[in-house]
Amino acid sequence: MSANAHGPAEALKGLVRRQYFWGIVAIALLLLVNLVKDPGYLAVTIGSSGNLVGNVIDILRAAAPIVLIAVGMCLVVATGGIDLSVGSVMVVAGAVSMEFLSGAPDTLGSGLAAVGLVIAVSAALGAVNGVLVSVVGLQPFISTLVIMLAGRGLAKVITGGQNTAATNESFRWIANGHVLGLPVVFLLALLLAVAMGILVRRSALGLMLEAIGMDAKAARLAGVNRRALLLTVYVLAGVLAGLAGVFATASVMTVDVSRTGYQLELDAILAVVIGGTSLAGGKFNITGAVVGAILIATLDKTVVFLGVSSSATPAFKAVVIVVLCLLQSERVRRAFRQRRAAAARPAEREAVAA
Amino acid sequence: MSTLTTAPPAPTGARALVKRLSLHLDTLPTGAAVVIFIGMIVYGEAAYGRIVQFNTLSNLLINNAHLIILTVGLTFVILTGGIDLSVGAVIAFSSVAGVMLMNAGWNPWIAMALMVLIGTAFGAASGVLVQYFHVQPFIATLAMMFLGRGLASILSTVPERLADDNPVRGLGTQIKLYDGPKVNDIAITPGVVIAAVVVAAAFFVLHRTRTGRTVYAIGGSEQSAALMGLPVVATKMWVYIISGSLAGLAAVVYTARLGSAQNITGIGWELDAIAAAVIGGTLLTGGAGFVLGSVVGALVLGLMNVLITRDGSIPPEATTIITGGILLVFVLLQRAVLARRRE
Repeated sequence: MSANAHGPAEALKGLVRRQYFWGIVAIALLLLVNLVKDPGYLAVTIGSSGNLVGNVIDILRAAAPIVLIAVGMCLVVATGGIDLSVGSVMVVAGAVSMEFLSGAPDTLGSGLAAVGLVIAVSAALGAVNGVLVSVVGLQPFISTLVIMLAGRGLAKVITGGQNTAATNESFRWIANGHVLGLPVVFLLALLLAVAMGILVRRSALGLMLEAIGMDAKAARLAGVNRRALLLTVYVLAGVLAGLAGVFATASVMTVDVSRTGYQLELDAILAVVIGGTSLAGGKFNITGAVVGAILIATLDKTVVFLGVSSSATPAFKAVVIVVLCLLQSERVRRAFRQRRAAAARPAEREAVAA
Repeated sequence: MSTLTTAPPAPTGARALVKRLSLHLDTLPTGAAVVIFIGMIVYGEAAYGRIVQFNTLSNLLINNAHLIILTVGLTFVILTGGIDLSVGAVIAFSSVAGVMLMNAGWNPWIAMALMVLIGTAFGAASGVLVQYFHVQPFIATLAMMFLGRGLASILSTVPERLADDNPVRGLGTQIKLYDGPKVNDIAITPGVVIAAVVVAAAFFVLHRTRTGRTVYAIGGSEQSAALMGLPVVATKMWVYIISGSLAGLAAVVYTARLGSAQNITGIGWELDAIAAAVIGGTLLTGGAGFVLGSVVGALVLGLMNVLITRDGSIPPEATTIITGGILLVFVLLQRAVLARRRE
């Protein structure tokens, strides 16, 4: 539009136009609210063991599992599907790792083996979803709904209905350790998100996923291998959810079969939608999903910090999803466009007159 | 030359049979469900005994009245090619709200009407989202599911008990129709009667009214239905309202039987209801299915629970896994049948 604008201003404008910009604004607002309640909220100190300690660090730590499931969900949503099973895959992953570790020696080897086992099991669950969606042609929400509800049952069967606990220092380090003063979980989650972003955006993979989401038939005619890609995406989402389950259980070294990962699919969907990914498929934004995940973690922590009953947050999140869905819908967009056009017209006339 | 003049061969006996069967392929899954139901009864009687007797079968109806009501509602939605994932959460919110209002001194009958209306409101919200804002049905109803569950958790996170003298409990009391030897009676509850009335009304609406034909037409092809001038918009709104209201009604029946309500009531019931409808022969893609089939599907699931309890070696946690497995098997069966029909 204005060709004489300066570089930084243009860049800022570009940022403002991104939907996740509003996510960043919301994070800033929430932090501001906390700051008003406690002026020292943002303070980050160096703890006794040389690690950074503070509320912000806690938020980053809490955001880690949400980042992982949001990235996985983001890719699935891009293909026009949905993965409702992420929360249940998390609890299965937690159950598998805790059951394994409770009978294994406290060594680095068994910690690694537990992570390997989790990756295998969650990949298998993801593959079940993938095969049902890509080969059988089932609607994604049905197949993942089955895994969502059966997965929690599976976790209960694995642990015998108990909340298994275990001890393993190296496994615990994943959740409670620090590198360069920052929590390992957040660095790992960020690393995986960046790797995933590079993988899909520096190759044609992301484009192909979007093509499937926009028009599966056209994508097939254009030579996109729909089946293999869908299978890969669901397996990836499963593995990411499994790792998120490791993050969630490793911090307390206990799996709570009825609460671990419960309703986290809500968080994942919300993070993805906040990030500007359309639930109708055909476009996605991994950066946005990460921003959305951090926003949700900030929101959760803020609610606890302010002393509001945290039982109200799921309902609030659901309302936000509904509102964002409405904003994404064609009818509302058209209404907005008409208003903008109506506002622009008189201005144009003035310009012509001048 | 001679090949051109020969008349087409008359259909032989076997082929005619296949042709006749393929005309009735729609009813094949429902038939399969009936066969499975009878098979389960026979197996249960042979393996555990005391299945084919009045009180077991009465209890099957009494304990699954709410599921039957839910499944009927979901059948409407699935027939149009939509889905309603919110029913379980609606039950949770509606029952917790209802019990708390009654305990706060509200007139029980007004509170019960409100419980149904809560369901209606959720259904209407889903319908508006789906129909006027073109949100995909599963997204809209998923959001309603989270909303319902969240609102129920706001109200209470502990079991809310209904007072012992509350007239609502009357809906769950057993009435002996036939006094058999020992405890072997034929008994029903008003809840079962409500379920039966719902099934009869749904059967009438779906098979004997224009609205019912429109529901099937939308599931067959929404575009064709709209081009034929059928009231697609209104009907799609109606199916979500029906499903929501029936979820509210199911909440009344379930609360009356149990005498208490909790925010975690009804987790996974959407899967049960979907599975029941699919087992009963309703196509997940819409356009084909029967209400009576859905009832058989609900009873199959209920009987499965009875058999699992009787067996004792299967952990109750595995029930959802088995339900999910059955749902998948039946969906695959539907795919196979559909593929055959296309040939």
